[in-house]
Amino acid sequence: MSQSINFDPIRLPPEAEELRLEVREFLAEEIANGSFNPSSSILKSGFDREFSKRVGKRGWIGMTWPKKYGGQERSFLERYVVTEEFRSQNAPVTCHFTADRQSGPVLLKYAQEHIKLDILPRITAGDCCFCIGLSEPNSGSDLFAASTKATPTTGGYLINGTKLWTSNAHQADYMIGLFRTSPPTKENRRHGLTQFLVDLKQPNITINPVRNMAGKHDFNEVVFDDLFIPEDHLLGEVDSAWKQATSELAYERSGPERFLETYYMLPELVRVLGKQPDIRAKEGVGRLVAQLHTLRRMSVSVNGMLQAGKEPVLEGSIVKDVGTIWEQALPSKARELASFIDDEPGNRTNFDELLQFSTNIAPKLTIQGGTTEVLRGIIARGLGLR
Amino acid sequence: MSDDNLLVDATTKIFEDLCDPQNINAAKDGSWKQLLWNALEESGLTSAWVPEEFGGAGASISDGFRIIEVAGKFAVPIALPETLLGGWLLSNANINIPKGIMAVAPTRPRDKLTIHSSGTLNGQVRGVPFASEADHIVAAIEDAGSTKVALVAKNNCEIKSFSGLSGDPRDTILFDNVGTISIQKLQGDLSYRSVKLMGATIRSLQIGGALMAILELATEHAKTRVAFEKPIAKFQAVQHNLAKLANETAAAVAVANSAADTLANSPDNEQAIFFEASSAKIRTGEAVGEGTAIAHQVLGAIGFTEEHILHRFTQRLWDWRDDFGNESEWAVELGALIAENGADELWPLLTTR
Repeated sequence: MSQSINFDPIRLPPEAEELRLEVREFLAEEIANGSFNPSSSILKSGFDREFSKRVGKRGWIGMTWPKKYGGQERSFLERYVVTEEFRSQNAPVTCHFTADRQSGPVLLKYAQEHIKLDILPRITAGDCCFCIGLSEPNSGSDLFAASTKATPTTGGYLINGTKLWTSNAHQADYMIGLFRTSPPTKENRRHGLTQFLVDLKQPNITINPVRNMAGKHDFNEVVFDDLFIPEDHLLGEVDSAWKQATSELAYERSGPERFLETYYMLPELVRVLGKQPDIRAKEGVGRLVAQLHTLRRMSVSVNGMLQAGKEPVLEGSIVKDVGTIWEQALPSKARELASFIDDEPGNRTNFDELLQFSTNIAPKLTIQGGTTEVLRGIIARGLGLR
Repeated sequence: MSDDNLLVDATTKIFEDLCDPQNINAAKDGSWKQLLWNALEESGLTSAWVPEEFGGAGASISDGFRIIEVAGKFAVPIALPETLLGGWLLSNANINIPKGIMAVAPTRPRDKLTIHSSGTLNGQVRGVPFASEADHIVAAIEDAGSTKVALVAKNNCEIKSFSGLSGDPRDTILFDNVGTISIQKLQGDLSYRSVKLMGATIRSLQIGGALMAILELATEHAKTRVAFEKPIAKFQAVQHNLAKLANETAAAVAVANSAADTLANSPDNEQAIFFEASSAKIRTGEAVGEGTAIAHQVLGAIGFTEEHILHRFTQRLWDWRDDFGNESEWAVELGALIAENGADELWPLLTTR
């Protein structure tokens, strides 16, 4: 094989299982206190800064980062457990999740020391929200066709242009933006883009909502009109985003959230089917659980590789591809298997509400964070075909 | 290098020398079979799961699974996995292990044998791989709440020959008051279902191995086969199909190895073994469908010939996914457990593994 595909059967270590119990206890308390309701929280925005601060107090945001920056220096596998437990209960993680998963690690690697000392502890405290400024009206999958400009000026850069599809920009404190500092070269069409830290509280930024077809406000259009960014907000090297982005994407694509976004449909299905469903429903549930178990084992394996310091780009892409297809199909499969469950006396009201919502958002699952087509291109490259 | 890798290397070398799919495919007669079996027997591989005190190689459960995965990679057309399974069964019933080829029955979940008060076996079992080539049949029987293992001389049985798609024997055995060489209780906590789950895990690993092989065949072909003035690997449609084949292969290999790891390292955890092995058989069975279709699509007419070796893998994949329970059979059992436990127990179960 041109590149071998590796999915060793890594098991989560004992400390990760102990942590799991702590997380479950925390979530049970939060639910009992009414901070969120797992049966309906998925229908809401998921943004709760106070909740994120309480999570931060437990040391569960940025938990793999150095202690000097507010992290706990814990393992990727421990982080895995925290992430999957939060997702299994539909906990409102929107405020801190992007910063925890990828923005923080970018700062850790490429930001200047004083920036790290200022911002990272605020992220780990759950009091700093980030969004991702990559896509534009004319570039999404073709990341390096971005054209929002960063023009050098005294003491920094002036930003002009528009980012689009920026989830949560309207509630975020910062953005990590990809801006063009030079034209691409003949040798390297990806040359010329630079990563910047953007303070969204500055004037000269206009954020306009873009409602999705589920009626939710996640997306935004972010317009920059001569926004000034100081020199020290440049991350890494100028024109070098193409080198810096790869490991960020490996992180972004490796987590359990990449196949758990509609997970709630599965226990809801089991609930409405009852203890002794017919053979058809049993088979359907059995297949879905086997498929989910497989995804989970693959995902733990990828995180084991991250823990070992590897960069499992191929494996991460495989898991995201298989995972997003699965989570996208889950609502419709649940729908079919529940076909013969009557809706008297209201025994499937919650199921139906969640089914409607998950059906409505399903299209985005194979688009966000790297489309299926892009992922398959990466996998093909890993097979030596490109 | 650890012992495990040495074992895999030794097995691979034997298969490379004596079981290369190209050579077997082109062979004029079956003389290669005995040579291959002898080499495997001499190196102890056929008795991998028989403890040393019973005269076997005494390899670990883990090691045996590794051998089986390699056998899948080479689409080995002899009863090596079956003999390993037979040895494991007999060892766990304190029955002396005979030399030679063993077949294991039943292979289908709903086939059942019964023991007459006189100790003879009755019943019909279908689709038993390599029964007609075996020297002995090892049978598992559910009998009055316990599980018995019987060692039977093949020649005492009536065998009707059938072939799988691969041409490998998948015979019907008629036990009509057949006497046994030995019949003993299966030891410890092992149950009738344990036997099925062991078989299911074995087949899952073979499936994973063979999928790895066809992924390699298909990608190599795509890189060299030229059409419209370029290798077909340059076409996005072909790239994406091969990516999907890689996905299915990865899923199969991952879940099969996870089940093998469970059996090797948590042999007393019945719930875990059932969960992992049934999931593995379901998911690898599903991977066979899409995986074989893509490999054949990429290899075109060439891959559809007898002369090309692709069929050696795909036909076995189609045979293997039906052994020791197919996807539907295991999914119904797994689904029943999930439903019985209730919705709130689903996540806890998933996270135990």
